[in-house]
Amino acid sequence: MIISVKDLRREFVIRAPTGRIWRNRTTVHAVDGLSFDIAPGSSVGYIGANGAGKSTTIKMLTGILVPTSGTVRTCGLHPVKQRKALARRIGVVFGQRSQLWWDLPLRQSYRTLAAIHRLPAAERTARQGELVERLDLADFLDTPVRQLSLGQRIRGEIAAALLHSPELLILDEPTIGLDVLSKERLRVFLAEQRASHGTTLLLTTHDMDDVQRLCDRILVVDHGRLAYDGTLPGLVTRVGVDRVLTLDLNKPSPPLTGIPFTRLVDVEPDGLRQRLAFSPQETTAAAVLAEVGGRTDVRDLTIEEPDIEDVVRRLYLASPAPPR
Amino acid sequence: MADRLAPYAALLASRVRSQATYGRSFALDVLGSAGVGIFEFAEVYIIFANVDALGGLDFAGVAMVFALANLAFALADLTVGHLDQLPTYLRAGTLDAFLLRPLPVLAQLVTSDISLRRLGRAMVALVILGVVLPLNDIDWTGARIALLVIAPLAGAAIFAALFVLAGAVQFWLVEGGDFTAAFTYGGSYAASFPASVFAMPMRVLFTFVVPATFVAYLPTLVLLDLPGPVGLPQWLGWTTPVAAAGIWSLAALGWNAGLRHYTGAGS
Repeated sequence: MIISVKDLRREFVIRAPTGRIWRNRTTVHAVDGLSFDIAPGSSVGYIGANGAGKSTTIKMLTGILVPTSGTVRTCGLHPVKQRKALARRIGVVFGQRSQLWWDLPLRQSYRTLAAIHRLPAAERTARQGELVERLDLADFLDTPVRQLSLGQRIRGEIAAALLHSPELLILDEPTIGLDVLSKERLRVFLAEQRASHGTTLLLTTHDMDDVQRLCDRILVVDHGRLAYDGTLPGLVTRVGVDRVLTLDLNKPSPPLTGIPFTRLVDVEPDGLRQRLAFSPQETTAAAVLAEVGGRTDVRDLTIEEPDIEDVVRRLYLASPAPPR
Repeated sequence: MADRLAPYAALLASRVRSQATYGRSFALDVLGSAGVGIFEFAEVYIIFANVDALGGLDFAGVAMVFALANLAFALADLTVGHLDQLPTYLRAGTLDAFLLRPLPVLAQLVTSDISLRRLGRAMVALVILGVVLPLNDIDWTGARIALLVIAPLAGAAIFAALFVLAGAVQFWLVEGGDFTAAFTYGGSYAASFPASVFAMPMRVLFTFVVPATFVAYLPTLVLLDLPGPVGLPQWLGWTTPVAAAGIWSLAALGWNAGLRHYTGAGS
């Protein structure tokens, strides 16, 4: 197991002033009894709402934060006691915190990082060449980092984290703030690195396309506890989120109510566009369409897959945090 | 050894490169830093326009104390002066980035910045030292020459340790910059005057708590072969490296405790 977490807990004491002198101490359980293992070579999405404990977990996995209790082993190492040994074997990208030198161009940052990781010259040249090519960095390799666009900087950050060929890459919100095209290119690159180098990926994200495209396993964390561990389709099945069928009709039609196993979501005022929700377990799009076809003419249709954020929200609603 | 130092050489080289990028502003910074040294020396000069001797030293002696202390402080400020900015590093998340690299955090922090502009102040101190040395009546022996070389370096080590301690305290204090500056910059100020002018409690404080008098005044007593004031015998002037080692062990303990507090408390 490249990551092994057993009954991991982390508490924070928050002190809020309640007057001139006294301060109120509140203990917050940011991570509250997490256990999971991650196998080498897998790609895991670590998702949850803001404040669910994602970043706290990552800090404990990488040796930035000491757990209150429980055990963590990353690459078989104790993250805090063996911090330096671990740093040689993992790469970490924080989407909102830079690891680069803002006043230096990427080329010089990579030279410095290579020296920090004591990479042999030949290895460094080959690896940097690969990363520059695959992440398309050549055009701005000599521009100071502070002048780069967000998309360019994130690509630069990811190359920096991968320069020493780590076996585990941890990404905290890697695609935050990127445009659709940049996100997609980044996902292609990460999938490729995993395929060619066997790099294990662990990413936290709010972008559900990231999960859909990159991860073969998801961990959903809620109030510091594991709320789900499995595949994305499995999660969708478990919370039973509906698909939505949007129908564009040829002529204004009365509301399409009473179609078996469907729920009418909305009707646009003229009745030209109507939306029906159904569960794939109960009926199929074809059956629904056949029923609608008997009533009116369908010009066009789209099927919306469930939005994973919605899925997670439903998961939270289904299992509210027990009172403490 | 060279292999072990290579990462730091690369880190420092990257800092030097970035400072050299803005040539004109860098030159102005150097001038400004030199100006600080000159104004501080002017203060000593003005005091001597009114008195003939200060704390048992004549003008040349006091100027030597000033120059030695300033040289030591400028060297320490140049290399580790940015450590009291630790809260800025904490807020920017720089420290987390350091924790993710396979090097000791303090070594990375020290090499994360080098304020070459502070060379200006070091140059001023060196020039004053060059001018006032011949004005002093020193019986040059091999040991005294060695002391003249070692004192500013050991003194720089003492100030550097004070900066590390000041940095370590910032792990606990949210805005402790002004508090710690009292010890770093205050120590520098205390070091640049003959300790004999201080009242006894201050003399003890700036010798055995904050070892500022070891930087310049005590070595000057040795160089000029003068008896020290009550509580500070002349032979203490030879022990500046010992004082540096002492305060450094304290600084290392403090720093490690601070870092443990940081990873234990979270940000």
